[in-house]
Amino acid sequence: MAINEETVKQVAKLAKLEIGEEDILTFTKEMDSIIEMVEQLEGLDTEGIEGTYHGLNEHNVWREDKAENGTDREDLFKNVKTHKDGYIEVPAMFDNGGSEA
Amino acid sequence: MNLEPVIGLEVHVELKTESKMFSPSPAHFGAEPNTNTNVIDWGHPGVLPVVNKQAIEYGMKAALALNCKIATHTKFDRKNYFYPDNPKAYQISQFDQPIGYDGWIEIEVNGEKKKIRIERVHLEEDAGKNMHGEDGSSYVDLNRQGTPLIEIVSEADMRSPEEAYAYLETLKQLIQFTEVSDVKMQEGSMRCDANISLRPFGQEEFGTKAELKNLNSFTYVRKGLDFEISRQEKILNAGGALDQETRRYDESTGGTILMRTKEGSSDYRYFPEPDIPNLVISDEWIDSVRASLPEMPKERQARYVKEFNLPEYDAVVLTATVEMSNFFQGTVDNGADPKQASNWLMGEVSAYLNSEQVELLDTALTPESLAEMINLIADGTISSKIAKKVFKELVTNGSTDVKALVEEKDWVQLSDPSKLLPIITDTLDKNEQSIEDYKNGKDRALGFLVGQVMKQTRGQANPGMVNKLLKQELDKR
Amino acid sequence: MNFLDYTLEELHDKLVSKELTAVDLVEASYKRIEETDEQVGAFLALSKEEALQAARETDEKGIDPNNVLSGLPVGIKDNILTKGVTTTASSKMLEDFVPIYDATATEKLKEAGMISVGKLNMDEFAMGGSTENSAFKLTRNPWDLSKVPGGSSGGSAAAVAAGQVPVSLGSDTGGSVREPAAFTGLVGVKPTYGRVSRYGLIAFGSSLDQIGPFTRTVKDNALVLNAISGHDPKDSTSYSGETPDFTDGIDKGVKGLRIGVPKEYFNEDAKETGVIESVRNALKLYEELGAEIVEVSLPHSRYGIPAYYIIASSEASSNLQRFDGIRYGYRSENVSSLEDIYVNSRSEGFGLEVKRRIMLGTFSLSSGFYDAHFKKAAQARTLIRNDFDTVFEDVDVLVAPTTTTTAFEIGGKIDDPLAMYMSDILTVPVNLAGVPSLSIPCGFSNDMPVGMQIISNHFDEQMMYRVAYAFEKETDFHKKKPAFKGGE
Ligand SMILES: [Mg+2]
Ligand SMILES: [Zn+2]
Repeated sequence: MAINEETVKQVAKLAKLEIGEEDILTFTKEMDSIIEMVEQLEGLDTEGIEGTYHGLNEHNVWREDKAENGTDREDLFKNVKTHKDGYIEVPAMFDNGGSEA
Repeated sequence: MNLEPVIGLEVHVELKTESKMFSPSPAHFGAEPNTNTNVIDWGHPGVLPVVNKQAIEYGMKAALALNCKIATHTKFDRKNYFYPDNPKAYQISQFDQPIGYDGWIEIEVNGEKKKIRIERVHLEEDAGKNMHGEDGSSYVDLNRQGTPLIEIVSEADMRSPEEAYAYLETLKQLIQFTEVSDVKMQEGSMRCDANISLRPFGQEEFGTKAELKNLNSFTYVRKGLDFEISRQEKILNAGGALDQETRRYDESTGGTILMRTKEGSSDYRYFPEPDIPNLVISDEWIDSVRASLPEMPKERQARYVKEFNLPEYDAVVLTATVEMSNFFQGTVDNGADPKQASNWLMGEVSAYLNSEQVELLDTALTPESLAEMINLIADGTISSKIAKKVFKELVTNGSTDVKALVEEKDWVQLSDPSKLLPIITDTLDKNEQSIEDYKNGKDRALGFLVGQVMKQTRGQANPGMVNKLLKQELDKR
Repeated sequence: MNFLDYTLEELHDKLVSKELTAVDLVEASYKRIEETDEQVGAFLALSKEEALQAARETDEKGIDPNNVLSGLPVGIKDNILTKGVTTTASSKMLEDFVPIYDATATEKLKEAGMISVGKLNMDEFAMGGSTENSAFKLTRNPWDLSKVPGGSSGGSAAAVAAGQVPVSLGSDTGGSVREPAAFTGLVGVKPTYGRVSRYGLIAFGSSLDQIGPFTRTVKDNALVLNAISGHDPKDSTSYSGETPDFTDGIDKGVKGLRIGVPKEYFNEDAKETGVIESVRNALKLYEELGAEIVEVSLPHSRYGIPAYYIIASSEASSNLQRFDGIRYGYRSENVSSLEDIYVNSRSEGFGLEVKRRIMLGTFSLSSGFYDAHFKKAAQARTLIRNDFDTVFEDVDVLVAPTTTTTAFEIGGKIDDPLAMYMSDILTVPVNLAGVPSLSIPCGFSNDMPVGMQIISNHFDEQMMYRVAYAFEKETDFHKKKPAFKGGE
């Protein structure tokens, strides 16, 4: 086994997914066989090979700094479950100074 | 045990672009919530980022001002984490190829100069803002989401809270001179996190660090670090061990509070942003950005001393902010004597800004009007006493023609002997005793007589001329 | 009126000559959907009112004789955004999501005058090869209703194969247009990466995804690709070079062309010999038509599947994090904290296969595994890409089977994710390399259509269409109509 239930639980936590106790074993087995399959790559010599991370070989694609008006807030709110006074409403979060930019 | 603090700072600076880093919505502070946003900022399904070229150039400019090298090959990466102010649940940032690296700035504490190395300057997008309600809900405003940022990471080269404070002041000054950001802590366009650890003097290895957050002013940075030094000292001196922690500065107590320990820290799963092609930065581009850098504070100071014969102290004060420095230069360029311009800016102008708590550029004073006023003093059109009135007028209401203003207000100095003589004669006639005192060698008598003439002319008489004429008339009696 | 009987140009001529109106075509489409979709299950949603309104407007305006697509009905895969029309990507997560903007591809179809009749079923978030991973319905293969239509663009394939629409759009990340095209006897194209804007396509594997058309003929396909291609300033990965007319030179034939036959694509899994036989027959025909057949090697092909599953899943794990229940999409009822919104909404909103891929991707990017997984896969990708670059120095196109088998039974592989993944073995290298590829019907095996892949060099879709057209002209596989076997 390349991975165990503990790893699966940890990965699920990172991905904000919950895998029920009853499914964890199946999931671990499946993940393990998938990971075993992808680990076929171990046999490939990639010494000194640059990775390809983009579908297209271009560079320096950008736009000029021109502002356009924002989208109508009411349009944006059409798909929001809960909002109030122009804000998106969510259950209280710990006030830890916002996310780290 | 004698312990040495080791401090490194991470500073975020918002870039002053028109539009956002990866979307064309406006990047302005202070709008109604969620009005400066679009589907890209909201991370709607299917949206894609497009880089703002100006932000890249501003990032380069700032990095160059901090003596960084510029990466010729660079790229964006995704930093993955969930938070309501982070709509895509990844921040587009730069991981292993920051746009700027290996820089330094020079700080001065208690007359001692020191270089603080800068590890990296990278480009990224800002997050939105979360508001915490009393009603069990939190509220998200995405206006700030996507605003271009640079993150400036120093090496752990600072050894005291004072050095950290000086580093921030210098950093703010340098960035401000490049004009790529407002660098205002109170508006959040400059934000700081601090890493601090302690180690025995002489030890190479770093101790266990704490990361301090919510440091919303330079003073809080200093206070938070002070608090942290004594907290860590106590634990270490008692033989305890520290945990690697993230701690929050509490403004009300001046202390720091545990937010999370290392165990709870996330795995950001950085990987190259597939939606944005890599950047190749040519030497020509770097050179042209370098050439566009304005004259920086140190260069300006040297020039003020050399070209204008100003004392070094004056030169330092005048270059503390880019507004002041540009204002000074403008005043000189409009024909004012540099020393006089400096005196006014460091004296009357600074006093006014302090007492009124306003920014120089928010007043009605302009380099043109200040220069004209200084020249009116020099040519005797107004007295330096009246000049204070003129200044008050210029700074509050402004004027594009100071000469016309003083004439209209009847503030022109009275220097014409033919107009002054009758008043002097009259004054002498009315003050026999003073004439006698003067003849008996009492100098104060002359001062009194000058005062009387000034009073008669409601302060408009040229004191030098009055003095001269008085002496001449007294000698005749 | 049956779309299976006409090409787009023939339909266009009927519109121009006023033998038919756009309203006739849209109504014919809905009629056919009504007749067949209970069996086939291609459509998730119909936008009848809007479509008829658009058709009436087109008729009033008059058909543009220079615009071959004007007034023709089209179906759109449900991961391509349609403003004001629910777009779900076949996920409970987006069951009630109404986009507030159009994908660039949608916009371009509209500009070309096409009329969208509805949204097509797919594997949830385009993850799958059978359309069995839809949260909403099963789509069946019109050739045999007990079989899958392929995936993930199964609805798009089935709708065209069943004659419900003459054209549909799909998306192809690892074969999701070509495999269903092969399974349902259609022409399906995965354009060069960057040819068609991805703006408004719900991202799966960002460096691999491309939108492509399903049609019954090669020329039809080129005409639709003409309409949706081109640089989009909203997509930094869209190609800034020129967009040629893909029908130009389409009938130049194959005489003197060098057709490469990658040996690795013929030796794999020979469970269904009828597939390889059909392709071999096609190669014989090409030879007769004057092409030179050259055996070539793409030595890193066998790393395609592992590299693909790591890269696509890693990118997907990040792309799908935005589905958090906060700004749009499914939100769990069972919420008392912020963490609940995230975990419960995502756990309830995503289906099993999506979770598997998110897990694999999250794992592959996590600290300690990044180098051995994600980075290694990206390096393997370079080698795979280099393989293609090398062979294209020598040959004009590559020809190979699209799939190792014809369409399989519904339920046949659903409990074996690995077997399902392996069925992409002949399609994923193309996505990893970014080159264009077309699947064209080239025969039958066990009464089911067989697809042949024609792969050309980056941005040389003209060559791919030309080689496909030469084959189509000499054969009539594309004229065969589905049997709806197993239906009542
Ligand atoms: Mg940081
Ligand atoms: Zn940052």
